[in-house]
Amino acid sequence: MSSDELIWRIAGGSGDGIDSTSQNFAKALMRSGLDVFTHRHYPSRIRGGHTYVEIRAADHKVQSRGDGYNFLLALGDSFARNPQEDAFYGNEEIKPLSENLDELREGGIIIYDEGLISEEDVDALDLEARAEENDWHVFPMDLRGLAREHGREVMRNTAGVGATAALLEMDLEHIEDLMSDAMGGDVLEANLEILHEAYDTVTEEYDFEHDLRAPEGSHEAEQALLSGSNAIAYGAIDAGCRFISGYPMTPWTDVFTILSQNFPDMGGISEQVEDEIAAAALAVGASHAGVKAMSGSSGGGFALMSEPLGLAEMTETPVVLIEAMRAGPSTGMPTKPEQSDLEHILYTSQGDSQRVVFAPGNIEEAYEQTRLAFEIAWDYQLPAIIIYDQKLSGENTNVDVDFFDREPAPDLGSTLTEEELREAAHDNSGKFKRFNYEDAENGVASRSIPGQKGGRFLATGNEHSPVGHISEDPDNRVAQMDRRLEKLESIREDLDSRESSTQTYFGDETADYGIITWGSSQGAVEEAVERLNDAGHSVKGISVSDMMPFAEADVTEFLESVDEAMVVEMNATAQFRGLLQKELGRFGEKLTSLLKYNGEPFEPAEIVEGYEVNFVEEEREPTAQVRIEPAAGD
Amino acid sequence: MSAFNAIGEEREIDRDEYTPGVEPQPTWCPGCGDFGVLKALKQALPEAGKTPEEVLTVTGIGCSGKLNSYLDTYGFHTIHGRSLPVARAAKLANPDLEVIAAGGDGDGYGIGGNHFIHSARENHDITYIVFNNEIFGLTKGQTSPTSPKGHKSKTQPSGSAKTPIRPLSMSLNAGASYVARTAAVNPNQAKEIIKEAIEHDGFAHIDFLTQCPTWNKDARQYVPYVDVQESDDYDFDVTNRAEAAEMMRETEDVLNEGTVLTGRYYVDEDRPSYTEEKRAVGELPDEPLAERYFDDDAEWERSYDLLERHT
Repeated sequence: MSSDELIWRIAGGSGDGIDSTSQNFAKALMRSGLDVFTHRHYPSRIRGGHTYVEIRAADHKVQSRGDGYNFLLALGDSFARNPQEDAFYGNEEIKPLSENLDELREGGIIIYDEGLISEEDVDALDLEARAEENDWHVFPMDLRGLAREHGREVMRNTAGVGATAALLEMDLEHIEDLMSDAMGGDVLEANLEILHEAYDTVTEEYDFEHDLRAPEGSHEAEQALLSGSNAIAYGAIDAGCRFISGYPMTPWTDVFTILSQNFPDMGGISEQVEDEIAAAALAVGASHAGVKAMSGSSGGGFALMSEPLGLAEMTETPVVLIEAMRAGPSTGMPTKPEQSDLEHILYTSQGDSQRVVFAPGNIEEAYEQTRLAFEIAWDYQLPAIIIYDQKLSGENTNVDVDFFDREPAPDLGSTLTEEELREAAHDNSGKFKRFNYEDAENGVASRSIPGQKGGRFLATGNEHSPVGHISEDPDNRVAQMDRRLEKLESIREDLDSRESSTQTYFGDETADYGIITWGSSQGAVEEAVERLNDAGHSVKGISVSDMMPFAEADVTEFLESVDEAMVVEMNATAQFRGLLQKELGRFGEKLTSLLKYNGEPFEPAEIVEGYEVNFVEEEREPTAQVRIEPAAGD
Repeated sequence: MSAFNAIGEEREIDRDEYTPGVEPQPTWCPGCGDFGVLKALKQALPEAGKTPEEVLTVTGIGCSGKLNSYLDTYGFHTIHGRSLPVARAAKLANPDLEVIAAGGDGDGYGIGGNHFIHSARENHDITYIVFNNEIFGLTKGQTSPTSPKGHKSKTQPSGSAKTPIRPLSMSLNAGASYVARTAAVNPNQAKEIIKEAIEHDGFAHIDFLTQCPTWNKDARQYVPYVDVQESDDYDFDVTNRAEAAEMMRETEDVLNEGTVLTGRYYVDEDRPSYTEEKRAVGELPDEPLAERYFDDDAEWERSYDLLERHT
C-alpha cells in the first residue's frame, strides 16, 4: 500500500540541523524513485526561532509545495528563549508543534519529541481533541532521550527520521547510504544505532491505524537534487563565467557562496568587497578587461548597484546581475519570499533602461536563463539580469542528471581579436571606433579589450562619440541612443525566432479563461491549472520569463485567446499586471489580480480558490490570506 | 601566445603617443593644476617603459575625470567615486595591465571614501592619483572634504564647521604601501613620484595638489612648496610607519597655514600586493584570466562534473 503523495514537515529551532536532515531525507526519497520538492521556512536568526522544511514527494512530477501537509516531525526548539509571561516571541519551545497544526491535513501524522516539548504545553494546545476532530495520529516519543542514550542529544533528528521511516513503512537502505556518505567512525555508528532503535521501537510498540505510507515510484534516468541557487550558479559556470563579486545578503548569498567555493578549482575569481556599489562596479571592471563576470544581491543591496548598472548600459559593458527578491520595502522580511522588486529591477538607475531581464520560473529555467543571460549580454553588450526570489533560491527539486550534460559556452560574443581589430575602423589618430554607429549590426558595435594592440578607446558614462570621446552633439546623441535601443529590438526578434520559447504554457489550449504568472509562482499556478481542468473547468496558464524586452507577442496571443485572465503574483501592488498593461496598452478590462504578500508562497489550492471567486462565484470572499484586485474599470 | 600583444612590448616610446589626435587640447581652465598631472603622466609612462595600449586609465567624475580624454591610453571614465572598484577588477582580470586610477578629492575622499579605504587595505597593485584642489570644481565651487575649516561657499555660507579630512594619514592607516604628496607646481617631483608609484608593487596613493584658479581663487597656489626629502628641516624614515605617520600629520596640519610640504611619506616594499596574496591562497589563477577567453584550446570545466554531490 502506498499513498499518492507525502508532504513531510520537519520543524524545530534555527540551528537544530533541520536543513541538513531534510536535505538527506529528500535525497533518500528521490533515490527511492520519487519526485521531490522542498519548501523552507525560517526566521532571520542564527540560533532558535521556529523553522521548518517541507518535503513533498510523489510518483509524479511535483512543481510546488502542495497544499498543507500530512506528516509532522516536531523536534522542539533546543535554542528556545525562556518564555516569560506575555513575551513578544511567545513560548518558543512548543512552536514546532503548535505553529504547524493549522495546516496539517485530515488523517495526518504527528511525531513530537516529548523529551523537549513538555506534557503541560501539549495539554494547553488541546491536542487530543484536535487530533480526534481531524483524525490525526499522534506519536509522542522521547527522541532526545533516545539520542542521548546512544550518542549525543543533537542526533535526535536521526531518531525522528527513523521513526518517520517506520510509520511510513519505508526501507532504511537509502537513508543509511546517505548517512555513510556524510559521516564516519563513531558518529556514523551512533547515528545508525539511533536510526534503527527508533525504527524498531515504532514498528514493535505502536499500533498503526493511519493510512499514510510512503509513495512508490521509479525514475528512468539518474536524478540530482538541486536548488534554484545551484541552478543559477551552474548556468553561470557553463556559460564560462569565472568572476563573481559580491557582498553577503540573504538570500542572494547562496549563489555567491556556491561560486566562491567552486571558482578556485576552475581558475576563476571571487571577490567579497566593501559594498554592493563596489560589487557591481568590480563585475563591470572585470568584464571590461575581458572576463565573463557577474554580481548580484537582494533588494536592498541591488539598490546600491543602480549606479554601476547604468554605467554598464552606457558603456555597453556586458555583465550579468542577479537579484534574489525578498519581502520589502527596506529590510522587510529578510527570509520571506516576495515578487515585489520587479519595477525596481526594470527601471532602477537614471535614464532610459537598456537592459535585459529574465524571471525564471523553476530550477531548469533558472539554469537555462542564466546561460541565456550570459549569451545575450556578451552578444549584445548590455547588462542582463536574472530576477528570482527567496523561494526559488532555496527550494530543491530533482532534475535528470543528463539535463546538465551540455557544452560549455565561454565565447565572448561580439568581442574582437587583435587580428580582427586590424581590419576594424579607426579614427585618424589610430583610436578604435568602439562605438561606431555606421556599421553596427543589430545595433551592436564590436568591442576590444585593454591590452589588445590597435584597440584603444575611451569607455565613458557620458554620451560619447564613436571612439568614446565625451560628446553632446545632438546628431551623435540621437544616433548612439537609437543604436543602443535597437539592440533591445534585435534581442526581442532573436528570442522570438528561437525554437523554444522562454515562456511556459500549461492547461487546455482552447480554454476561455487564463491564469498569468511570472517567476517562482509558476509551479503553484501550473498545478492549480491542472486541478481546475481535472475539476471540469476550462483553463490555461502562461508563466512569463521575458520581462525586458517584454514577451509582447507571446502574451498578446495568450490574452487575445481568452475572455478573462487572472494575474497571480506575490506582491501587494500588482506590479506584473502593471507591466502587462504598460507594454501591451490594452487588456485592462480582462485582467484581475490574485495577490499574496504575507511572506508565504502560494499554495495551488489558493489559486484554485482565487479562480473560483473570480470567475465562478463572484460573491464569495477568498478564505486564504490573499487579495483580489478587480480589473480596471470593474 | 598572448591575446594582448600591447602588453610588455619592448620599444622606444614617444611621449607624443600619449596625446590623442582627436582631442589634444584639454578643456581645463587656464592655469588649472590638472595640466600638471597630465604632463607628469605623459613623461612618467614612457620612462617606466609603458606603451599606451598596455595602460588602462580609470577615472571618476569631475574635472579630474577628464584625464583619460586627454591621455591616449585605454580609458574608462566611470562614475563619481567608483574608479577604484572598476580599476581593481580590471587588474585582477588581467594582472599584466598597468592600471592607473584617478579622481578628485570629493571623488576619492568623499563619495568614494569607502572604496579608497578598502583598496588601500587590500593593497591592490594599482596607482591612485587624487587631484586635490580642496574644492568641488566642476559643480562650481562647493566645499569639499579637503576644504579648510571655515571655508565659505554657496553650500557653506557661514563657513565650514568641519575639519578637513587627512588623506595621507587615512591612506597609511588603511594600508597603502606607497603614499606621497606632490603638486602641479612641482613638475619634476610629480613625474618622479608617478614613475615610482607605477613601478611600486602594491597600492600607490598620490595626493596631487592641483590648484583651482577659478573656484578656489583665495587658496594658495601651492607655492612655495617644500620637498620633505630635500629640505634639511625634515628628517624621517619613509619605511618607518611611526615616523611617516608623524610627518603626515604635520604636513596635513600646516597646509592650511600656508606651508606646502610634499614628497614621499611612506614606502613599504615588503608588503605583498593583493595579486600575490590572492595567488598565495589559491584564489587567483597564475595566468591572467582574460587570456583564457582567447585561447581556443582552453578546457572549460562543466557543472555536469559537479553533480555527484547532488545525486
